[in-house]
Amino acid sequence: MIIADKKPIEEIIEEIKGFQRILVLGCNECVTVCEAGGKKEVEVLASLLRMHSIKEGEKKTIDERTLERQCDHEYIEEVRDIIDQYDAVLSLACGVGVQFMAEKYKTTPVLPGVNTCFLGATEQRGVWTERCQACGSCVLAATAGICPISRCAKRVMNGPCGGSTKGKCEINPELDCVWQLIIDRLKALGRLDDYEIVAPIKDWSTERAGGPRKVTREDVQV
Amino acid sequence: MKPLTPSRLEKILKLGHVAVTSECGPPRGSDPMAVISKGELIRNHVDAVNITDNQTSMTRMCSLAACIHLKKLGIEPVLQMVTRDRNRIAIQSDILGAASFDINNILCLTGDHQSFGDSAQGQNVHDLDSMQLIQTVRMMRDRGRFLGGDEIKRPPAMFVGAAANPFADPFEIRVPRLAKKVACGVEFIQTQCIYNLEKFELWMEGVRERGLDERVFIMAGMTPMKSVGMAKFMKNRVPGMDVPDEIIKRLAGVPKEHQAQEGLDICIEAIQRLKACKGVSGFHIMAIEWEEKVPEIVERSGLYPRPEV
Ligand code: SF4
Ligand code: SF4
Repeated sequence: MIIADKKPIEEIIEEIKGFQRILVLGCNECVTVCEAGGKKEVEVLASLLRMHSIKEGEKKTIDERTLERQCDHEYIEEVRDIIDQYDAVLSLACGVGVQFMAEKYKTTPVLPGVNTCFLGATEQRGVWTERCQACGSCVLAATAGICPISRCAKRVMNGPCGGSTKGKCEINPELDCVWQLIIDRLKALGRLDDYEIVAPIKDWSTERAGGPRKVTREDVQV
Repeated sequence: MKPLTPSRLEKILKLGHVAVTSECGPPRGSDPMAVISKGELIRNHVDAVNITDNQTSMTRMCSLAACIHLKKLGIEPVLQMVTRDRNRIAIQSDILGAASFDINNILCLTGDHQSFGDSAQGQNVHDLDSMQLIQTVRMMRDRGRFLGGDEIKRPPAMFVGAAANPFADPFEIRVPRLAKKVACGVEFIQTQCIYNLEKFELWMEGVRERGLDERVFIMAGMTPMKSVGMAKFMKNRVPGMDVPDEIIKRLAGVPKEHQAQEGLDICIEAIQRLKACKGVSGFHIMAIEWEEKVPEIVERSGLYPRPEV
């Protein structure tokens, strides 16, 4: 899922400075799971902002709402009848949700309430780790199911680099060297010899380097 | 073995001489004298001089320009190139630029992560990794083609090297990793600084078992310790470095003012021992900001004078 993190409250206060009536809008999907932008976070943030507004003598109106998803036409429509009551929407969805809202409601400012970080997994409650950079052409079959593009600081395809020490990455002794993990798993799978297959020079045109991407599936279109 | 390029380093190795290379770090400024005077200090004692490429991710004068300064003095440069900072367009372009000055050696590296240097907030590129860079240079040289397939007019004539670290983890992959570089077309290897001689010899045993020493020239990396402080720093702070406690003890056992000399002695003893190690074709002496000691190391190790080729 998409992992997001709370923005510092000072930054949010700065963002909403010029606006009187604000809708804090959460999202029920990824940002709920990573506890950055769901109903609970909307409540907490909205009350913090209300308190701040009272303290500053600003008397802002701060309302709350949480949509099923902000990256889907259907759910975004749910606020159509109330959107005009607000000067701005503070969206706690990921960057996709913020943009989709902005695209839909052309005259309403939509501001980001979280920092969208990466595609990751929940390691344990409160700990999320990056697992994929959406490169658009997955190499996991060659790397024992562990991604060197998103999990190696140098995204080396034929690693480990010379800095791998005691199974940890050269940039941080807390971080596993992903190539150590790949090799351990190749070994567990009885496939260690596969390490010597040279990974070809990657075609990066399917990732960010190739410009904005689009997936079109005629078989599921209506 | 016939040399494939005009590289003097290649000739020396292929004629069966024990090769000696050293390295210069370019300055953090534009003064060419910083490179020229280092080059002059060692020119008679080595066969070629590596120019590092923004080592430890600190911004420095570019490796290519520094190589050209050496070339103009008649010193043979080895262009170090990391994949950290350049995409494949920049890499191929720099290779052609170097080749236009008849720079005939390249060392293909991934490079340290930028978080170690002065630009921790910068992007890193890593369009290619070091193995893929080796393949790129070989394709440009041997097939006279760019990666995109187009023909190169006057292809680069470069002897292709890479680094190997016998001490990085996991150890079991260190020989296969060299095999992989050989499969990519590497022709010479300069290793990480060797302090743990037993472990290095164990690695070489694995290298010989697979016959890799017949397919690639291996130059043992040597860095003299200046002090016990440097030894501790290398042990504890430099990733992928293996400094045994005996070295630290030995340096700590002599008074401060003699530690540098002790460090040189340790280095020379290691070279003497590794000269007898089958499969070691030469020595790469990395006397970090201590270039003036390279002549002494080379002479006392019995590697002087350098052969004429
Ligand atoms: S190889 Fe690409 S698609 Fe596959 S996990 Fe890694 S970044 Fe994601
Ligand atoms: S130590 Fe491992 S994870 Fe870190 S940069 Fe090197 S290969 Fe990648």
